[in-house]
Amino acid sequence: MAQDNPGFINGNVQVLWQQYNEDTLIGAQVPAEKTGLNAFGNLLYTKGNFSAGIRYETYLPPVLGYPGRFKGTGIGYRFARYRHQNLDVTIGNFYDQFGSGLIYRTYEDRNLGLDNAMDGMRVIWTPIDGVTLKGLYGKQRLDFDSRLINGDGTIRAFDGEVFLNDAFPALQEKKTKITIGGSFVSKFQAGETIEKEGIEFTLPNNVGASGGRINVIHGGFTLFGEYVQKINDPNADNGFIYKDGQGIFAQAGYSQRGFGVNLIAKTVDNMSFRSDRDLLLFDVPINFIPTVTKQHTYNLAATLYPYATVINGESSYSAEVFYKFKKDTPLGGKYGTNIAINYAAANSLDTTRLSGTDGLVDGYKRNSWLFGDQIYVRDFNVEVKKKINKKLKLSYTYFNFVFNTAATPVTTDFKGLVYADIHVAEMTYKIKPKHSVRAEAQTLFTNQDKGDWATVLIEYNWSPHWFFSVLDQYNYGNPDPDKQVHYLYGTMGYINGSNRISVGYGKRREGIFCVGGVCRAVPASNGLEITVTSSF
Amino acid sequence: MKNLVLFFVAVLISSVVFAQKTGKLPSVKIKDLQGNTVDTGTLSNDGKPIIVCFWATWCSPCKRELNTYQELYEDWQDETGVKIVAVSIDDQRSVSRVNPYINSVEWDYEILLDANSDFKRALGVNNVPHTFLLDGDLNIVWQHNNYAPGDEDELYHELIKFGK
Repeated sequence: MAQDNPGFINGNVQVLWQQYNEDTLIGAQVPAEKTGLNAFGNLLYTKGNFSAGIRYETYLPPVLGYPGRFKGTGIGYRFARYRHQNLDVTIGNFYDQFGSGLIYRTYEDRNLGLDNAMDGMRVIWTPIDGVTLKGLYGKQRLDFDSRLINGDGTIRAFDGEVFLNDAFPALQEKKTKITIGGSFVSKFQAGETIEKEGIEFTLPNNVGASGGRINVIHGGFTLFGEYVQKINDPNADNGFIYKDGQGIFAQAGYSQRGFGVNLIAKTVDNMSFRSDRDLLLFDVPINFIPTVTKQHTYNLAATLYPYATVINGESSYSAEVFYKFKKDTPLGGKYGTNIAINYAAANSLDTTRLSGTDGLVDGYKRNSWLFGDQIYVRDFNVEVKKKINKKLKLSYTYFNFVFNTAATPVTTDFKGLVYADIHVAEMTYKIKPKHSVRAEAQTLFTNQDKGDWATVLIEYNWSPHWFFSVLDQYNYGNPDPDKQVHYLYGTMGYINGSNRISVGYGKRREGIFCVGGVCRAVPASNGLEITVTSSF
Repeated sequence: MKNLVLFFVAVLISSVVFAQKTGKLPSVKIKDLQGNTVDTGTLSNDGKPIIVCFWATWCSPCKRELNTYQELYEDWQDETGVKIVAVSIDDQRSVSRVNPYINSVEWDYEILLDANSDFKRALGVNNVPHTFLLDGDLNIVWQHNNYAPGDEDELYHELIKFGK
């Protein structure tokens, strides 16, 4: 632990610079300035129980895909924090999460331009071992104009969590570990009135949400459940209805050496919860609703049809199995073979629309927690990985998607269900010490939307400093021959310790990035990109 | 614009200057796989070195790195007594996949869950994989971003200075 020393400073820097060329074939956007620059630097000072930090940000102008309204240079984040015995106090900006985040989560994803940081005060009190009480208060980050700009509403929240095995000495040695928690979040935003079909409705100044959760771990078994509810919260996402909101998140899993299984069930009904009732998309969400589908990383599986939670309501579940075929078994081979099978499904809520005044006030009623009649997504995937010898590793992954582009609007080209089959083969080969090459060959087959695609990626690594890669994403099956485009992109980079610089050039397809129930569209572009990241 | 340039020059100079100084592992409270709260400032390996690796179930180079270290772990422990702590930054979408995944690949590391990236933020980590080598007093003596096959040699070169 840090004792009497002058304290120390650490931090990190990221710079992203993009240059844009005209390219009408791919619909590339070119802003007036022809370039974009996003950069920030964090400086963190720690001395004993005290810490403080700032983040200095700049958008000159923001890169394509980032909120276009961000501008200027200045301080976007600043805090001071002190810990004394059982108390931990933070003033200024901070991030936090209650339970699964279904009722409250403030966090950052700088690559996506997502940052709903709190600006206010937080107190964390641990009166006895195993009991953690949090109280926090403040506004959320909304915008940046040479300085941090917060949204309209004010949040007051409280969370209590008890790890029973620490709180009750008699339970300390028990094999079953239990954590329970409860949260309460209240949002205040002065309410005016709105008019719907000639009737005037008063908007509530205060919206409260509460939740409870339990986590049980026993050897290889895990069980988690959280239930949250929100009282009347008429907002732009739900069409200003007064219906209550509810959400359930449940998880059960088992794992042992060589084998694991995980099941998740999640239903949310009218759980869009923001500091400002009039805002949408990435703006000031108070909570985070995780997406049920597995996060894919291969180009064709991740960038064309990425599912995002429908925050106004969906019913979903997923199941996953991991298994390792042992060494020296027929399927295991010399080193063992890993297989992972995953299935995720989401449908609309099971609801009935209300009519008349009830319809204006509450909109609909939910019949059950189960699936409604609209398919939102089906995502089945199998991944097999095998080391062949000291130099060669192979993997093969198959995906089958049913994707509703009306529920998650990733494209305006096609409205309806897209049925797609994707195959990916990947190889890593060590040519000689320090030199390795990795190659991916991917294909996507579909009769809808833009038709078939193929992607090839080759990456060359020269440890420990250099890397080079080339990617070609080719829409060879597009029904319109003029749109059968090659999106060719090359990257090279240099890494030294915790410093990294990379240069990329080429065409990039428009992309959709989805997080916690909301998506951001990044337009197509053609040009040069330089990124610098450094940690110190 | 001038202020911006001065700021970034200052930060980049700091990054070079402070890169030579040792910082200590910050004290952040995160959970382990049993639900216990762990204070990272009290991580201990009886005075022997510790390697802290940030990873996620969706990060392929991270998994390649940790699978490579698993093959070398027994030898590294014999030579230096090192302990590897693998910190997952998986958030609620994928955090329940961590335990089944590590069992399927049979890792022997201590696993911590940094579900809201508090520890990652306190260490100034930009993206994963990012690896730190700590001495017996939790001082950071080496760190590296990214992983390519062969990078484990550089880590080993630094680690072996702590021979038992």
